[in-house]
Amino acid sequence: MNRYYYDFHIHSCLSPCADNDMTPNNIAGMAALAGLNIVALTDHNSSRNCPAFFAAAKKNGIIPIAGMELTTAEDIHMVCLFEDINKALAFNDEVDKHRIRIPNRTDIFGDQLLMNENDEVIGEEADLLSNALDLALEDVPPLVEAFDGICFPAHVDREANGILATLGLFPPEPRFAVCELHDMEKAEALSVFHEPMQKMLLVSGSDAHYLWDIRDKEHFFELHDEPYSSELVRRELFRTLKEGKR
Amino acid sequence: MKVCDIAEKLSLKPLSLADSSREVTGVYIGDLLSWVMGRADCGDAWITIMSNINIVAVASLADVACIILAEGVEPDESVCATALQKEINIYTSEKTAYQLAASLAECLQ
Repeated sequence: MNRYYYDFHIHSCLSPCADNDMTPNNIAGMAALAGLNIVALTDHNSSRNCPAFFAAAKKNGIIPIAGMELTTAEDIHMVCLFEDINKALAFNDEVDKHRIRIPNRTDIFGDQLLMNENDEVIGEEADLLSNALDLALEDVPPLVEAFDGICFPAHVDREANGILATLGLFPPEPRFAVCELHDMEKAEALSVFHEPMQKMLLVSGSDAHYLWDIRDKEHFFELHDEPYSSELVRRELFRTLKEGKR
Repeated sequence: MKVCDIAEKLSLKPLSLADSSREVTGVYIGDLLSWVMGRADCGDAWITIMSNINIVAVASLADVACIILAEGVEPDESVCATALQKEINIYTSEKTAYQLAASLAECLQ
């Protein structure tokens, strides 16, 4: 068993609202400086910078997780994580079918840059990524699970695009094993009012859009990791997340 | 004016008819449910495009007279069934929230 400090919610320069300095190598380097061990890349409705991020993470001794921050039809943000990057990319193709196509106005929303492992721009996403998909909240967990992933409501403690702000309460369905808070200090007060949270595994997420948003190591999981391999750590992590609160 | 009279006047399509004799005393428009919970008044006709099951919980908490879904939104049948159980009236209309509100303003004068 070892401690693995994590951040499952970081945006790269592919997200329109994220800084263009959020390149794969800058994120991985900053995460390493912050003492993080497991980092997920979660751009809005896209996983396409994950291959570059994986290469950058390996150079920096970080275990990368392929992810996405999905926007449901109700404008609720959901963090989706995948154990296998190829399944994340296949999920990405599925999500593409549910996007409502609006050309990105870079002057308003910002650039959506695709990068390679050397932080070189290899393309731009033409249509806005951050707007709502035509997928309702209840449609998301089965779709994510079809690609062996896990999803949970993002920043439930926030006003913008949090499930509690949008729906007022946790709906009876779908049930989530995990939920993310931006500020873990709010966990106790929120759990008193929102009882379903008492049965959830609460995870912290920085939702970093700028390099300085990446927070120093604080929250961790203790994971079995012998004989050591990043695959084993990742597998143990997903087992822990899927299991939820014990 | 009663819910049933308003429904007739505005040609609303009923999805859950629990107590259509309830009196409508005001109107509230909003889709962000955390916002609606604290602001809709008892007796309001609540106009929204949100169709998640939680609209029933919010309507119940705020004790609104009815929910009117705008722009042709129709929720799952399970939402309507729960609404009936919780005695919440739900209607839907092809009209926009603005058009519905304008007509309601005439009804409530």
